[in-house]
Amino acid sequence: MLYGLCIFSPLVGAAIAGLLGRILGAKGSQVITCGTMTLSLLFALIIFKLVALENTPQTVQLFSWIISGSFQVDWALRFDTLTAVMLVVVTGVSTLVHYYSIGYMHHDPHNPRFFSYLSLFTFFMLMLVTSDNFLQLFFGWEGVGLASYLLIGFWYKKPSANSAAIKAFLVNRVGDFGFALGIMGVFLVYGTLSFDAVFDATPGKAGAMIEFLGGQYHAITVLCLLLFIGAMGKSAQLGLHTWLPDAMEGPTPVSALIHAATMVTAGVFMVARLSPMFEYSETALAVVTVVGASTAFFAATVGLCQNDIKRVIAYSTCSQLGYMFFACGVSAYAAGIFHLFTHAFFKALLFLGAGSVIHAMSDEQDMRKMGGIWRQIKTTYIMMWIGSLALAGVPLFSGFYSKDIVLEASYAAQTGVGNYAFILGMAAALMTAFYSWRLLIMTFHGESRADEKTLAHVHESPKIMTVPLGFLALGAVFAGWLGFDLFVGSGMKSFWGEAIFVLDSHTALKEAHGVPLWVKIGPVVMGGIGIALAYWFYMFNPKIPAALAQRFSHLYRFLLNKWYFDELYDRVLVQPSKNLGKSLWKDGDGTLIDGLGPDGIAGAIRYLAQRASALQSGYIFHYAFAMLIGVAILVSLYLFGIGH
Amino acid sequence: MLEIGIGHYLTLAAILFTLGIFGIFLNRKNVITILMSIELILLSVNINLVSFSVFLQDLAGQIFAMLVLTVAAAEAAIGLAIIVVYFRNRGNIAVEDANLMKG
Amino acid sequence: MITAFVFYLFAAIVIASAVMVISAKNPVHSVLFLILAFFNAAGLFVLIGAEFIAMILVVVYVGAVAVLFLFVVMMLDIGFARLREGFMQYIPLGGLVGLILLVELVMVGGSWVLSPAIEKGRIFPTPPIDQSTNTHAIGNILYTDYIYLFQGAGLVLLVAMIGAIVLTLRTRDGVKKQNISQQLSRSPEDSVELRDVETGSGV
Repeated sequence: MLYGLCIFSPLVGAAIAGLLGRILGAKGSQVITCGTMTLSLLFALIIFKLVALENTPQTVQLFSWIISGSFQVDWALRFDTLTAVMLVVVTGVSTLVHYYSIGYMHHDPHNPRFFSYLSLFTFFMLMLVTSDNFLQLFFGWEGVGLASYLLIGFWYKKPSANSAAIKAFLVNRVGDFGFALGIMGVFLVYGTLSFDAVFDATPGKAGAMIEFLGGQYHAITVLCLLLFIGAMGKSAQLGLHTWLPDAMEGPTPVSALIHAATMVTAGVFMVARLSPMFEYSETALAVVTVVGASTAFFAATVGLCQNDIKRVIAYSTCSQLGYMFFACGVSAYAAGIFHLFTHAFFKALLFLGAGSVIHAMSDEQDMRKMGGIWRQIKTTYIMMWIGSLALAGVPLFSGFYSKDIVLEASYAAQTGVGNYAFILGMAAALMTAFYSWRLLIMTFHGESRADEKTLAHVHESPKIMTVPLGFLALGAVFAGWLGFDLFVGSGMKSFWGEAIFVLDSHTALKEAHGVPLWVKIGPVVMGGIGIALAYWFYMFNPKIPAALAQRFSHLYRFLLNKWYFDELYDRVLVQPSKNLGKSLWKDGDGTLIDGLGPDGIAGAIRYLAQRASALQSGYIFHYAFAMLIGVAILVSLYLFGIGH
Repeated sequence: MLEIGIGHYLTLAAILFTLGIFGIFLNRKNVITILMSIELILLSVNINLVSFSVFLQDLAGQIFAMLVLTVAAAEAAIGLAIIVVYFRNRGNIAVEDANLMKG
Repeated sequence: MITAFVFYLFAAIVIASAVMVISAKNPVHSVLFLILAFFNAAGLFVLIGAEFIAMILVVVYVGAVAVLFLFVVMMLDIGFARLREGFMQYIPLGGLVGLILLVELVMVGGSWVLSPAIEKGRIFPTPPIDQSTNTHAIGNILYTDYIYLFQGAGLVLLVAMIGAIVLTLRTRDGVKKQNISQQLSRSPEDSVELRDVETGSGV
């Protein structure tokens, strides 16, 4: 009962707000959705206590979904520590975002729709994290994709929002294609989709092969890679990341909830959830590590040069997701989830803070048009500081704990890919600190570059927005300190129970606590250097960035244009398919099918009808002629033709 | 050749019929002449009827000739009345202008 | 001999005047040639002994129809010159159709034979000329066996007459006519008004 209510109360809220929104109005739908979300959060906390702290995993069977021969899928809610952690993150951030949105969206005429979507998203996300089998996971997976699409395109009158929504949906389709193939593969290999059954069977399938197009492939590696493609799409990893920055077209609370704290971490969650499978495939783990590390590095470099405040944070999200993945890749799933947990707080804090800034600056998002406003919006300023400190991994803030353990684990893995991830992760840590302070300084310090009208309007956000920020700030400060022991420290074993499976030979996380001192303080030093550099560049010597950009203009443009990924995809994928579609449309459909089919027949009939109507000239003598010629023909026929 | 048989009459009727048809083609713009051509055609029909009636010794043919005559007279009366009305409305009787039924 | 001569004479005139009917520039001439053609056709009918039809032809066609044509042609102010534009345009087509029909009709005319059974198939055998005249014989069957057709023909003519009158009848505006019933139905009340007129002022 408790478990079900936790999951389904957001759905109830979404349904009420969505279907009766016109009757309830903005106020009513806010009350309903925030109420149901708060309820859900309370239950989630209780569940966390029961399941994670008291270590009593639960599976709640709801009912059978599909029974088709040997193919059986149930609706069931699986509660273990992993789920409980995700529950707290999702419901916590979601509740705060709900409250925050009351203030942020107060001038928007479509409040019921917005809150309905938010709650709907939360429901799907909860469905995703509580899924007990692959198909249910896929259901939640697609559901959050749908909600993400709806929310990115929330301002549907903006063409850019619409195209961003479509882009997010399409890029995710690529990932989902891999994911769906993976699920089918799982059924092919295991004959079931239930997590428990699959995990139990995995050790026995360690040597199984899949035959495909005449080749033999290691079954678990293939499955894990296919599933990981889905994770890459959802979590915006290198190659399938292009949708995430564009998704910032949606309202800022959406960016905070979906595109920072929860949905994009679904990929990490999935890898952690499927740890019993990934553990048996070194190749898949290596791929996860390399992709994660590359993403962390790539997104950080791009973040250095972006000017849109939300895009900077979006690339930062992308980069941090990379950290989580390579943590999973070196079998430090707990570290990855720990980073996910802390990241959710400080990244949501950053996003909501950025939203508050944008709100204050009359919907201005370009950092080049901000600056010097910290006195007017002190609360937001402090919140952004806290978020940035946590993100940069400054000691005692939550990011410090989680990022450190991730990097230490990658070092402790003592493998090629581990070292690769460690080096790139360190570089990314430096850049993370740099662009965080670049953001802070450009936004809040220096001469104001906004126009006077905007400046006159700069105002602190209302309480309903700043209080959720406060809660998130608490999380950003204390989550790491509080969670360290449980997630990755001494309490790890009892905390995780059986939720995460690590082979005994994979010792990265255990070794992580015993790495050399320079590795332990490395990230902090990197962060310090980054912060110092940012101060030097943007606060004390503002000419340097411009000079650097001039000096290394190729590199600058390369970064500014996000490594030309969009251009590359446009050239390689979009344009050819567009041309193909166009030629199919114009030549195939238009000329060939329409030409011969509807248009051709219609044209022929019109032509014949015109000719036939031309016969009806209206002149009496023409009719007389026709008659007489007919007589002549009839007589001729009678004489020479028929009957003789 | 000198013995006048039914063939002579039928040939005459055929020529007259042809001339009537030809007249319709020739005077396609002039309704009055077209009507006159129709009278010629009817006359040729009458010649046929009467000559057969005489040469076959059957009076029915002549009765039908009279009926044809009646219809011809009625047709001429109505046709000419239409022409008069048409002229009154349009100011001329050019058949070319009467193409309101054009498709 | 004399019969053949008369036939050829009449036939030649019929054909010649038919040619003139369709080719004359002036429709008045066409009508006059039509009359000539009818007269000669009537002569031909007399020649083969169908006097009644011949007379009817003269009376109806010449006396009524042709005169009607003449009347209309002369009454209406028609630009006949315009009607003759493109006169030659359809000669090839008309000639072709006419020629085909002529050839075919002549072919039929040249190859026919009388069925022996036709003697028995007569409906109303013509009585010998010494017993009854042509007119008498036709009257005998027209008013007996063909009475319905005869009456029907009369109705056709009646309808044609009514139709022609309805079509051409025209009430003109602005013509003052005497309406007797209106005159008779007037009463003093609605036509005379009495007033006391004071001296020195008008009505």
